[in-house]
Amino acid sequence: MAPKSLRQGFYHLIAIAACVVTGVPILLVFINALKTRAEASSMSLDLPVDPQWANFLVVIERGKLLTAFGNSVLYAVGATLIGMTVSALAAYVLSRNRTRFNNAIYFFLVMGIAMPTNFVTLTRVMQWTQLINTQAGIILLFAATQIPFSVFLIYAFIETLPRELDEAALIDGCSPLRLFFTVIYPLLTPVLVTLGVLNILGIWSEFLLPLYYLNRSTAWPMTLAIYNFFGQYQSDWSLVSADVVLTILPIIVIYLLAQRWILSGMIAGAVKG
Amino acid sequence: MKNQAYPFYFASGALLLYGVFFVLPSLLGFAYAFTDWNSYTTDVHWIGFDNFITIFTSTKGYLRYLQNTVVFTVATIVLKTVIALGLALLLTHGVRRLANLYRLLMYLPAVLPMLVVSLVFASILDPATGLLNTSLRAVGLDLLALRWLTDIQLALPSVIGVDVWRGVGYIMVILIAGLQAIPKDYYEAAEIDGASGWTVFTHITLPMLMPVLTVTTVLNLLYGLKVFDIVYVLTNGGPGRVTETVYTAIFQDFSKGRYGLATALSSLLFVVMVTLGYYTIRLMHREDVS
Repeated sequence: MAPKSLRQGFYHLIAIAACVVTGVPILLVFINALKTRAEASSMSLDLPVDPQWANFLVVIERGKLLTAFGNSVLYAVGATLIGMTVSALAAYVLSRNRTRFNNAIYFFLVMGIAMPTNFVTLTRVMQWTQLINTQAGIILLFAATQIPFSVFLIYAFIETLPRELDEAALIDGCSPLRLFFTVIYPLLTPVLVTLGVLNILGIWSEFLLPLYYLNRSTAWPMTLAIYNFFGQYQSDWSLVSADVVLTILPIIVIYLLAQRWILSGMIAGAVKG
Repeated sequence: MKNQAYPFYFASGALLLYGVFFVLPSLLGFAYAFTDWNSYTTDVHWIGFDNFITIFTSTKGYLRYLQNTVVFTVATIVLKTVIALGLALLLTHGVRRLANLYRLLMYLPAVLPMLVVSLVFASILDPATGLLNTSLRAVGLDLLALRWLTDIQLALPSVIGVDVWRGVGYIMVILIAGLQAIPKDYYEAAEIDGASGWTVFTHITLPMLMPVLTVTTVLNLLYGLKVFDIVYVLTNGGPGRVTETVYTAIFQDFSKGRYGLATALSSLLFVVMVTLGYYTIRLMHREDVS
């Protein structure tokens, strides 16, 4: 049997190899974002001779990234606020008052985790509600997509909150709405933070819904802006890379700052407790 | 008392949004799936099962798209699970230090937008200038420098490979949590009995991890059946239409104005996924009790 330190070395070697495979494509984009067009034509890992910081300015201007960034923030934050508030309210009454009917409603909502969207008929619905091609429409759509998983996670969390809290507040003459927003909502902070980060990241990455339902370039989020930019500048990988960097940088920052909550949310959703 | 304290209208916001944007389109879908609804005329006619007959018997390739979706789903489930399990074991029972740093890095691709990942790999897999082929040539493996995305045989496996690159970290993180939840006593008892590493793995680790493996499989399954971004960007269903999947085919039909057909395909997927979802949720609730 090999000595322990040798075995440990071998394990670390595998782990480092896996990290290299993970990291190189990401590193590649960061390096090439700083190259000239000619240097980036082969997209190699060679360092840029003279870092082209101006690439970012060019991309921001030509790719209309300021508008797209604003749109992405608006959609992510707006939809997450709406989605989580309605989910928390629903999860709360469904979890606390378990009648047969409420259990069925809970099941009905959570089934959405597995449900694929019918984009074709959804177009019809968007037309009827006059929400197609509007920012309000896409925000409500995104909010709706968050509901099944959010209800699932919040419902499980509410089970851990003692009912005595509600009873004490009710005896004091607290209205149901006040009870929820002053007593329950603050206690949901851990699960809401986790869900909030996951939902914001999810919307930031979402490509298909805006592809179907937003055809005005002024309403595009980052993903559609970058896809369109790629279509126009395919031959200029330095600019495409710069655009990619600007799209993923906020995500990487959020990930590094909030990894604890992201991971715990992922795990809670899958393993539960 | 309970109805007063927990009024049902609290659930109305969620039910309204979910009902209008999820359930209503799906129900409408079942009606429109039996029509010739399209963008060329405003008249919609009932045509019975014609759309489904087109999907299952015509030479228009729909069976191929269904098959691609299944191949993609099964391949990504198997590859992600096996690799993720290996890495999860490495980070829990293998390395002693730096495990959290490794985990942080390996999970990173999972938070990146699929669209961006696809764009980056479109460059990496470029046959002439991509990093993969230039690296292979640099070490003398010219024979392996293939046309990853444009070769009919290789396109789908390449798409699967990229998807595995992105998804392994996510599954690994869940499996790590599952592994850490296995009580240490079992391993200590096995060590006292002098069980080999393989015996421990097959008799303790794997059975104890089964519930978690079920969940990751379902997550991969639900994701795989709905795959879109990666195919759309890397190959756009090509070359020819050999990598087309259900979701990209729906988008194609939708763009070409064949709404009835697209809806029929979508409804088919709906039935499959809701059936799978139903059993999954029952399964998760059974675990809840234990």
